Amino acid sequence: MKFSLGKYLLPTYVFLTFLFLGIPIAYTFVFSFNDSIKSNIIWRGFTFDNWLNVCNQQDVCDAFANSLIIAVSATLIATVLGTMIAIALVRYKFKFRSATNLLLFLPLATPEVVMGAGLAAQFLDFGWPKGMLTVIIAHTMFTLSFVVVTVKARVATLDPALEEAGRDLYANPAQVFMKITFPLLLPGILAAAMLAFALSFDDFIITQFNSGSIDTFPKFVYTAAARGIPPEANVIGSMVFIVAIAIVVTVQVRSSIKQRKLAKK
Amino acid sequence: MSIDFGAGGKDLELVGLRKEFPGFVAVENLDLKVPAGQFFALLGPSGCGKTTTLRMIAGLENPTSGKILIGGKDVIDLKPHERPVNTVFQNYALFPHMSVIENVAFGLRQRKVDDPMVKAQAALDMVELGHMAERRPAQLSGGQQQRVALARALVNRPALLLLDEPLGALDLKLRRQMQIELKYIQMEVGLTFLHVTHDQEEAMDMADIVAVMNKGQIEQMGAPEKLYDRPKTAFVAKFLGQSNIFVGEVSETNSEAVSINFKGNKITAPVARSEKTTGKIAIGVRPEKTQFHATKPEATSTNNVLGPGEITDIRFTGVSNQYLIDIPEIGEIIVFAQNVGKSPVVELGAQVWVSWQVEHSFGLADLPTGKEDA
Repeated sequence: MKFSLGKYLLPTYVFLTFLFLGIPIAYTFVFSFNDSIKSNIIWRGFTFDNWLNVCNQQDVCDAFANSLIIAVSATLIATVLGTMIAIALVRYKFKFRSATNLLLFLPLATPEVVMGAGLAAQFLDFGWPKGMLTVIIAHTMFTLSFVVVTVKARVATLDPALEEAGRDLYANPAQVFMKITFPLLLPGILAAAMLAFALSFDDFIITQFNSGSIDTFPKFVYTAAARGIPPEANVIGSMVFIVAIAIVVTVQVRSSIKQRKLAKK
Repeated sequence: MSIDFGAGGKDLELVGLRKEFPGFVAVENLDLKVPAGQFFALLGPSGCGKTTTLRMIAGLENPTSGKILIGGKDVIDLKPHERPVNTVFQNYALFPHMSVIENVAFGLRQRKVDDPMVKAQAALDMVELGHMAERRPAQLSGGQQQRVALARALVNRPALLLLDEPLGALDLKLRRQMQIELKYIQMEVGLTFLHVTHDQEEAMDMADIVAVMNKGQIEQMGAPEKLYDRPKTAFVAKFLGQSNIFVGEVSETNSEAVSINFKGNKITAPVARSEKTTGKIAIGVRPEKTQFHATKPEATSTNNVLGPGEITDIRFTGVSNQYLIDIPEIGEIIVFAQNVGKSPVVELGAQVWVSWQVEHSFGLADLPTGKEDA
């Protein structure tokens, strides 16, 4: 009998890959239940305390709140701006259009260290104190390109005849945007917003350069790692992971139910 | 803002309408009048400027110069949503995120008409899709989508309905069926229809008036029978059906008839059916007006005779046969003969003469360039 490579090797390889990806997450999750005393490295027994009293460790919760405020603000600004830029780039011909296109790709290609340092120098130059505002500006700047690229792909697939049909059916430009363009772009805009949020929420390098004394969650974890991360950080990390997975699963289930409904009719 | 909606259709007048794009002129000084309540077809090959004309009337394209009058009122400064015009788009452009009935009710809701859903349902019933109101456009077939697009435009009772090749994406059988329905609906609602198409059969079948457009200009305009019977230019003669066209210097002319010398043969047309009677002119005849004969027919003052030539191709098309006859020194002539059972039995390679009545000849204003078939 011939030894079948595909039959054993491929599943083993896939299993090991997922194991490799999953171990750190599983570790974080498991140790969020650790009844730790000083450092959260050795397993000392199971407890729900960390989950029930996350904000006992005040600085963890503050850092998490800061990260949320920054991520939400940057996402909102970058999504609104980026959507407008994306529509303009696809639909309108204007001076410096190709230059704008090129400039938008630059932040995607620039190393974060360079961008973070450059922004820090800029803020210093302006005499702006580092803090929440400077981080939000920095995050808006680097997530903007991702939003534009994502939304642009969606705009490109939108048939201009649909907007023309709206104008033909007595909708003024603002109504056409609200009733036709925006609903049809919404999936792309939501995807872009989620991407921007994720990028902003776990950014460390650019934040480190521009945040001054403000602590964000990634910054807190980094600093804490030197002396042992408190289990509350594991709890927050696990929660973020669970929320992200829940969103993905909900979206998938919803769209598959919708598809089945359509197929039935 | 109030839009002036006529109870029935309104007339449309284009005066010196012109559209230039960078590098080319799409529409050249177009003058056109569509009477109220008529089914008007703008017929032409792709790239002739017919869709651009339609888009200018809808307000989706700004003319370089000229006037657009709907019911006598110039609408040139009105935005698309302010014009009493609705369009059935080429690929229907149904809103994919709305149900069928929401699509149809869209225009009514924009104008805050009473009972939009009731009226939309009635419009859907008219196109026999009342039972599909809750579906999404993606769940409908091409023909059904086409009818929804029609209902969505018609429900607004526009003064003028624009149709941009609305049947182009349908297969032949469905297209013929929709042509009949469309014509029926137009007669029922009494609105003015402006239909843009490149399908000459479709235009002749449905329209009260056909305007043949070429290179941004109207070549000829009139009732389909008139256009077919007496095309005035080589383009119309070739684009609207088929024609045999002969070019020669005028050899004889009197008050009744004009004759040309076509490579040694005399071909005559009535003066009343000729655009030009001097110099080098083109005379044409429709293939179904010609006959072929096994023996040479006698040439008289009332007929034209060419031949002998050889039959090089026979095509059976059902109701008629198409014969291609190659006459040495003269070229190829197309003859259509109906399959009525008694037609002369001919075979490929047979030697025949071709004749037709002088009264069926038509004299053109221009000479064929050889590119009309494109």
